[in-house]
Amino acid sequence: MARPIYSPWLNRFAVFTAFITLILIGVGGLVTSKGAGMAVPDWPTSYGYNMFALPFKFWRGGAFHEHTHRLVASMVGLLTAILALWLWARETERKVRRNGIVAITVILLIVGGMMGVRKNPVFISIALAGLCGIVFGLFKIKQTSGVRWFGIVALSAVVLQGVLGGLRVVLFKDEIGIFHATLAQLFLVLVSIIALLTSQWWQGFQTSIEIMPGRTLRRFAIATTALILIQLILGATMRHQHAGLAVPDFPFSYGKIWPSLDSASIQLINQQRLDANDPNPITAFHIVVHLFHRLTAFLILGLIVGLALNFRKKLGSRSIISRLSMFWLGMITAQVGMGILTVLKNKPADIATGHVMLGAASLVMGALIVMITRKISVEREIPVRHVETAISVRPCSESKKVC
Amino acid sequence: MKNSVRFIALLTLATAIHFASAADITGTITLKGTPPPEKDIQLTADCGVMHKSPVKTRFYSVNDKAQLADVVVILKGANLKGSAAAAKPATLDQHGCEYLPYVTAVQAGQKVLVKNSDPLMHNVHPIPVATGNKEVNKAQMPKSPDLEFVFETPEQFLKFKCDVHPWMFAYVTVVDHPYFAVTGKDGSYKIANVPPGKYTVEAYHRKAAPAGTPATKEVEVKEQSATADFVLEVK
Repeated sequence: MARPIYSPWLNRFAVFTAFITLILIGVGGLVTSKGAGMAVPDWPTSYGYNMFALPFKFWRGGAFHEHTHRLVASMVGLLTAILALWLWARETERKVRRNGIVAITVILLIVGGMMGVRKNPVFISIALAGLCGIVFGLFKIKQTSGVRWFGIVALSAVVLQGVLGGLRVVLFKDEIGIFHATLAQLFLVLVSIIALLTSQWWQGFQTSIEIMPGRTLRRFAIATTALILIQLILGATMRHQHAGLAVPDFPFSYGKIWPSLDSASIQLINQQRLDANDPNPITAFHIVVHLFHRLTAFLILGLIVGLALNFRKKLGSRSIISRLSMFWLGMITAQVGMGILTVLKNKPADIATGHVMLGAASLVMGALIVMITRKISVEREIPVRHVETAISVRPCSESKKVC
Repeated sequence: MKNSVRFIALLTLATAIHFASAADITGTITLKGTPPPEKDIQLTADCGVMHKSPVKTRFYSVNDKAQLADVVVILKGANLKGSAAAAKPATLDQHGCEYLPYVTAVQAGQKVLVKNSDPLMHNVHPIPVATGNKEVNKAQMPKSPDLEFVFETPEQFLKFKCDVHPWMFAYVTVVDHPYFAVTGKDGSYKIANVPPGKYTVEAYHRKAAPAGTPATKEVEVKEQSATADFVLEVK
């Protein structure tokens, strides 16, 4: 039988883990903004040293950013392992607790031992095992709703994420970088959800006093959050092409509403482009992705304006969902502004990194709003369904009206 | 033994005849139009101390006579062959947190040596796009031995990069024969010992005449040297 999950320190720890994860996403954004992803050519070692014992003489230029990213990532890995163990210990009792903690610890030791082998097939095996752990954990969440399984999914995800980051370096694959960046966003959402689920507020949240947001609005909130995730994938795709700004002007694109994408025009763009870091040549694909990123940004902004106004109209201004959706609107407005500034200022590292972090935070906000609307809807809908079922099976003789 | 001596003598004679009948292709490349101003590079502190004046980008290296450096000139034609084994290795030097030279060319199979003359670490990261040329990434400490690279597939402007100092890069063009040159500061080039025949001379510059649209000229090499001058335009 599951024990109550609430513990103030567990919740604070989950919030702290989510915060450090957001910082990690920022440092990762800084690494790509500075073009320093490959500054440390080996992994899991750094310049042949144990990552945690790298002499300070190596911490220079791009190596400083990349190595800091690795260290913060290791910290997030450690925090996630502790969080998973803590969740498991909190939610289970005696035999299950003991078995769970022993199993997690043994798996972590095996993964640690395998990392020492330092062969790509072994790294790929660990990544696949992490993927299996995610799938299994999600299956168990669906089956049991236990928060401890969120911890298992998070732990599997952080293992997969770490290996993906390393494989990006040793296999020279930009595509892995895109998966790595996307999984980072999803991992932040997951840890934030754990923080929400372990909070006193969530466990004491009285859904009965909240007005139901309605199925349509809930679906819109889900769709908008999904669209933000797609938007972040587009952003990650642009960043991991290492081609810099594909479209350097705003609101137009090379002075037009839609630029010419024929090979002669693309070649001319590249000839006229003089960037101190001389990024990869721009292709028509880069420009199209960039323009879709712009269009999606305004679509998301429009959807959130609609959601915020509708939530406010339907639920009132004092509803938690209304207040959060207004805050969400503020975040997205600022995010659009930062995106425009990123273009107009030629992608300075600080603004571009802030854009990445605020994008991640916006996804988290969408996910939390969806979680809250779901909690209200599910807890309010279930009793209604039960009543309907009870009425429908009642014998005709007891209630002729229903029959 | 006698046969060996005869063979060497025959080979020497053949080589002598080949070079006696071969000629050079020379020329100068000038730039038409005013290139955009080069950009200041924001160096890190450890690199900044090695320079007294601001370091700028090197997209258009042009002198006051509009003569353009860093143009790769390549011959195209039948029967242009030659072994890369005897070719002297090309050298890229990391000096003052810059790659020197900015543009160079090698024959496929010819060694490229990368040295580090700086008192700090760099990472040497060639990023080829042609299938067959391998991407590698190696750290190079100060005073450490030169790093050696070999590329087997022809490729235009293969980028060498330092990710520790992201403004540091150089380009190496890989050619499948030994008949190529890179223009110097005076915009001149010389392709030596070209066998007689008709050729197309192609001139490539990263900005003024990129890989998709090289400037071309037809030349015929007989007993005397041929000339092929080019005028490239700022786009």
